[in-house]
Amino acid sequence: MTAAVDMEQTQATPAGSEAVSEDRPWQTIVWNDPVNLMSYVTYVFQKLFGYSRDRATKLMLDVHHEGKAIVSSGSKDKVEADVARLHAAGLWATMEHTS
Amino acid sequence: MKPWKRRGDLVHADIDRQEAAVLRGLVSQIDDMLRARIEDAPQDELAELTGIRTGPSTSPDDPILSRLLPDFHRLDDDNPSKADLDSAAMLRSLHEPTLLDLKTGVAGIVLETCPMYGGGIRLSLEQADAWLSALNDVRLALGTAIEVTEDMPDELPEDDPRSPHLSVYHWLTWVQESLVQALSTP
Repeated sequence: MTAAVDMEQTQATPAGSEAVSEDRPWQTIVWNDPVNLMSYVTYVFQKLFGYSRDRATKLMLDVHHEGKAIVSSGSKDKVEADVARLHAAGLWATMEHTS
Repeated sequence: MKPWKRRGDLVHADIDRQEAAVLRGLVSQIDDMLRARIEDAPQDELAELTGIRTGPSTSPDDPILSRLLPDFHRLDDDNPSKADLDSAAMLRSLHEPTLLDLKTGVAGIVLETCPMYGGGIRLSLEQADAWLSALNDVRLALGTAIEVTEDMPDELPEDDPRSPHLSVYHWLTWVQESLVQALSTP
C-alpha cells in the first residue's frame, strides 16, 4: 500500500488476531499491494463492513505491515459476497477455509 | 485541479481542460478493456434459458485485466490445490459478470460527470464513491503497467520510458487521496 501524504505510523499488531470459531469456517483475506492508498483502504473497510475508524485503520495497518489481514469471517456465502465487494472496490482479496 | 471540497451531500472540484482529457482518456481505455472482456464471455444456451450469466472460468492473460478481476483464492503458490483451482474457476464464472458491470458502471459515471473540456464537477456522495472506485481502477491499471512499487521515487530518470506515465500516476493518486479526505470529513 502507499500513502499520498506522510502519515504518522503506529505500531501494528500481528495479523491474524481475529478470533476464529467453528461457526465461522471461512475467512476474507486482504493482501498488500503497492497501489492501493492507505486512506482509501481504511475508507473501504469502514464503508463495506461498518467498522469503526479505529478498527478499519488497524486492519489497514495489518495489511500494510504484515502483508495481509483477515478482515471478515463467516459462512461461505457471506465471505464470498465480501470478497466480491472488495474486488469491486479494487482491493486484492481472497477467501480461505479455516482448517 | 484544487482539492475536492465537500458541502453537505455534495462534493465538488474544478478540473482543467488537459486534466479532464487525461482522466477521461484513461477511464475510457479501462472501460474498453472491460467491455472486450464482457464480449469474450462464453455464450451458452443454458445461460440464455435461465438468465444466469456465466463468465469465463480462467483469469485474463493480460496483467492489467487480471489485477482488476482477481481470483477468489490465492493461486500463485507453486502448487495450488485442485480444490482451490476448481473453486476459483467456479467463483470467477459466477461473479465476474457482476464485477464487470460494476466496473463499467463506475467508469460510466466518471465519463458522465467529468466535463469533456474541463470545468466544475459536482457529485452526489454516491457518484463520489463511484469516482473513488474508478480512480482506483485507473491507478491499478497504470500501476500494473509501469510496475509501481511501494518505494517508487517521485520521479524516474528522464530516459526511463515510464517517466511521463509516473507523473500521471502520481497526479491520480493525489486526486483520489483528496477525494477520500473530502468524503471522510463531513
